[in-house]
Amino acid sequence: MNINLKKALSIALLTATATATMAVSAAEMTGAGSSFIYPVLSKWSEAYKAKTGNNLNYQSIGSGGGIKQINAKTVDFGATDDPVKADDLQAKGQVQFPAIVGGVVAVVNLDGVKPGELKLSPDVLAKIFQGVIISWNDKRILALNPGVNIPANVINVVTRSDGSGTTAIFTNYLSKVSPSWKEEVGFGKTVNWPATSTVSGKGNEGVAANVTRVKNSIGYVEYAFAKKNNMTYASLQNAEGKFVLPDDTTFAAAASGTDWTKFPGMATFITNAPGANAWPITGATFIVMYKNPSDKAKAAEVMKFFDFGLKQGKQLATDLDYVPLPDETINYIEKTVWSQVITK
Amino acid sequence: MNTMSSIQKTTIRNESKSKVQRFQDGLFLVLSQFSALFVLIVLLGIIISLIINAMPALKEFGLGFFVSSDWDINKQKFGGLISIYGTLVSSFIALVIATPLSFGIALFLTEICPISLRRPLGIAVELLAAVPSIIYGMFGLFIFAPVFADHIEPALSGTLGKIPYIGTLFSGAPNGIGMLCAGLILALMILPFIAAVMRDVFEIVPPMLKESAYGLGCTTWEVARYIVLPYTKAGVVGGIMLGLGRALGETMAVTFVIGNAQRILPSLFAPGSSIASTLANQFGEAEPGLHFSSLFALGLALFVITVTILSLAKFMLIQMEKKQGSKS
Repeated sequence: MNINLKKALSIALLTATATATMAVSAAEMTGAGSSFIYPVLSKWSEAYKAKTGNNLNYQSIGSGGGIKQINAKTVDFGATDDPVKADDLQAKGQVQFPAIVGGVVAVVNLDGVKPGELKLSPDVLAKIFQGVIISWNDKRILALNPGVNIPANVINVVTRSDGSGTTAIFTNYLSKVSPSWKEEVGFGKTVNWPATSTVSGKGNEGVAANVTRVKNSIGYVEYAFAKKNNMTYASLQNAEGKFVLPDDTTFAAAASGTDWTKFPGMATFITNAPGANAWPITGATFIVMYKNPSDKAKAAEVMKFFDFGLKQGKQLATDLDYVPLPDETINYIEKTVWSQVITK
Repeated sequence: MNTMSSIQKTTIRNESKSKVQRFQDGLFLVLSQFSALFVLIVLLGIIISLIINAMPALKEFGLGFFVSSDWDINKQKFGGLISIYGTLVSSFIALVIATPLSFGIALFLTEICPISLRRPLGIAVELLAAVPSIIYGMFGLFIFAPVFADHIEPALSGTLGKIPYIGTLFSGAPNGIGMLCAGLILALMILPFIAAVMRDVFEIVPPMLKESAYGLGCTTWEVARYIVLPYTKAGVVGGIMLGLGRALGETMAVTFVIGNAQRILPSLFAPGSSIASTLANQFGEAEPGLHFSSLFALGLALFVITVTILSLAKFMLIQMEKKQGSKS
């Protein structure tokens, strides 16, 4: 009951502030969605404001929320880590383009295991989250990690309890590498977690908190959260069979191995990307806009903002351990996506 | 002349005064009626909007929604049993722990405590009720859960876990977060409510009754058991129900520590979900459709459970009052 009221109240408040700010400054763009992209967007908008005086008001409410808001036309753009399907874009008269690339990492809380020391293969990772491998001293884990001191304890699986783009990227990866995962669980912003030991937390911070508090646990968070909280991440075996560590070079390798242009609406996950050095669970945040926006001046401003961010904000993104898009992708976005948006 | 005019003046003044008073009275009547009506309108509005929004899910799944343990967003299959079970079990654990503790607190404060300590202790208990629920949640997750996982849960599974049948309740991996932890945090949260009501009703027991009992050589326990409790049982039950009402709907603290797993497991150490925690986790991202509607159906279930329990409490209290009335 309480929640309904609170939700209604907060929506009313949000719309109230949105309309109020719109009235004050016509140049203020509004966006909502993915929390994955939020740190970069705030850096970009700071720099953009210093340059042009125009402000971005972005609400980091989660990918699902972002889609909801853009569909309701309450914002100028939505941001989602779970790309909208090409058919849905077509039906709603929307376009989408990737704006930033980042990584999702598997984090563990194991006494005596250092960051990057634990090695996991795709199959073992899927089996752990499936609840098939239930103990840390399972021989399938030990075989990958000779010489690592792994405790003989039961595995506690930690997942997201709310709908999340991070979950979409992570489960998309598991669906690609494990046929039985694809069959039994599938992928999406929320899934039915099969492991009986599953504990869930709200938001990346909720998962991070649970993994740090619950011993012998394994979870998944955005790389930035793992780094910020000094968490122990695992090294993963990528599509070419090599074990890689998560950092901006392996994320970039994954991004460069993906040809966005092949997919209608650029709607693709870049998980399990080819490339000897590619981090397997890499994801992108997509920006969703209307082809024929009701406020054309603002849509033009939004594209100007992303043009600035994608081209001149590269260093800002790298500083935050995100990977900026390669130039040819930016070119493609400019020529084939932005050109579709009517601004006059 | 002089006196006449002064009398006239006063009557005129009185008349105008009474006119103003009549207007004030009327205004007050309308305002208070509106206030009373407003509550009813809000309540009715909530019930109607819950039912309307829950309708698609209830049509799709029927009343089976409330006994089905499905909750699969991708396959669009929903049932409320997991959350309803979690709500009832965590609240029940909270009551089992909080009731005896509150009884102890109230009894100590009214019967045993030195007068000088009575006020500060009473205020401390009341202050517990003022702690925001999110603080309880943070405390639960960051301080309580690790202690629970390392010490309390292993101890419980080593002792109670060995007993046949009951043992399953205390089995499984001790990870600190789960149904039992949620119940304990809830117990802490409802403790001040129950304790405050119990203390207040214990205080109204006529001293003559207690003193007579003490005079006959009764111990403090005997006075509490045979004089205080029978005299105040209506109030005690009321206090417990009040606590239960709060435990059922508690959201944030429970979301932090219950584990948010959509499944029912026999062990109390295992994670689960309550109605409120499911709503808190999933409302923000629920797409319009069956998922959204199913969340409303869960809200409706919580509403019905709470209203039923509070009505039951009221009914019991009225029955008890009637019985007491006929006795005296």
